[in-house]
Amino acid sequence: MSIWEYANPKKFLTTSERVMPALWVSAAVLCTVGLIWGFFFTPDDYRQGSTVKIIFLHVPAALIAINAWFMMLVASLIWVVRRHHVSALAAKAAAPIGVVMTLIALITGALWGQPMWGTWWEWDPRLTSFLVLFLFYLGYIALWEAIEDPDTAADLTSILCLVGSVFAVLSRYAVNFWNQGLHQGASLSLDKEENVADAFSNPLYVCMIGFGLLFLALVLYRTGTEIRARRMRALMLRERMQA
Amino acid sequence: MRALLLRDLRLALRAGGGFGLGLAFFLIVTVLVPFSVGPQSELLGRIAPGVLWLGALLACLLSLDRLLALDWEDGTLDLMATAPLPLEAVVTIKALAHWITTSLPLVLAAPVLGVLLNLPTAGFLWLVVSLLLGTPALSVIGTFGAALTVGLKRGGLLMSLLVLPLYVPTLIFGAEAARRGAAGMAVETPLLMLAGISAATLALLPFASAAVLRVNLR
Repeated sequence: MSIWEYANPKKFLTTSERVMPALWVSAAVLCTVGLIWGFFFTPDDYRQGSTVKIIFLHVPAALIAINAWFMMLVASLIWVVRRHHVSALAAKAAAPIGVVMTLIALITGALWGQPMWGTWWEWDPRLTSFLVLFLFYLGYIALWEAIEDPDTAADLTSILCLVGSVFAVLSRYAVNFWNQGLHQGASLSLDKEENVADAFSNPLYVCMIGFGLLFLALVLYRTGTEIRARRMRALMLRERMQA
Repeated sequence: MRALLLRDLRLALRAGGGFGLGLAFFLIVTVLVPFSVGPQSELLGRIAPGVLWLGALLACLLSLDRLLALDWEDGTLDLMATAPLPLEAVVTIKALAHWITTSLPLVLAAPVLGVLLNLPTAGFLWLVVSLLLGTPALSVIGTFGAALTVGLKRGGLLMSLLVLPLYVPTLIFGAEAARRGAAGMAVETPLLMLAGISAATLALLPFASAAVLRVNLR
């Protein structure tokens, strides 16, 4: 009994289908509770007014946006080293979710930045490196789409993901050097004196866990779809061979 | 290895067009800038380092299409892959040939175009130095992009989407070094970072390019 057992597509499908209903429900509940709690039952901030509430969407989305790429990196590594197809397909399935989360973070950030900083966009390190991350996602998805043979596509995108990760980190520091920013530093941590007040952080934690579960459910669901799409492709190829 | 390098250089020289095309493109981009932002010489001088870096980068990108595609089409690439020379060395030589034929002329042309853009006198030296240190990284990253898309029908557009985000750090440090040089500020930090990026990409990316090429040749 090891985790590699789930590299078998059939085993993966049956297991993930058993887990998924619970995941969907808990993700939906946590997101709803967290967002409603955040939007309607927290006090207005004394300086930022009600706009502060956008963090309940902005922070979890940004969190998932970065970690989705990290998950793709791990999945790509597993594909390169052990060649489990489910792993490559999971990386493929995660990319569009990552794009959407990046976009949500960018858009909510712009909506928040307009009243607070007086600008929709600022060439600030955090904002800029997120935009670069968005471009990385686009390139990754485009490469998947462009190549017909699934194994070749998996190989090439894996290597692109590895190289892209290095450059994403490098860009992050390069951009930091290039311009000092407007975006506030991290305000949630376990060991710092100055944290966001509990009234805000509790619903935020709920939202973050909810988004995490939502991401997990979406990845499992989309990976299942990819596996089935690949099976269909194999069947159709076989039929064409016989005809 | 030397034979391969000489072959690539000769091909680039004799095939016509390809060699001068990048330079012409660089010139055109530079000439278009004053038309688009207005001819105030003070403003042009301020943005000149960034514009020249961007122009060099785009000209470099333009020539990547031909880097491996021609050898792919006539099967030379398969021969190179089966030759005793490791594929990592082949892509490094290819990148080197690309640098000599495309990037080096851009570096040499940059000061001339700097005159057109009213670059401050202090900036010329640092512009050339930063381009010299940064363009190897551009060529090596570009070779990786070309290797990724070599089997595709219309890989050029996709390649720019893949390669340009990878160019971000190089562009930032290169343009920053040139800008600081032009403004008479200290340039050591960005120059060192730039040299670091070039050295690291040169050391690591050929392995990625060769791996990608092996997949594409399979």
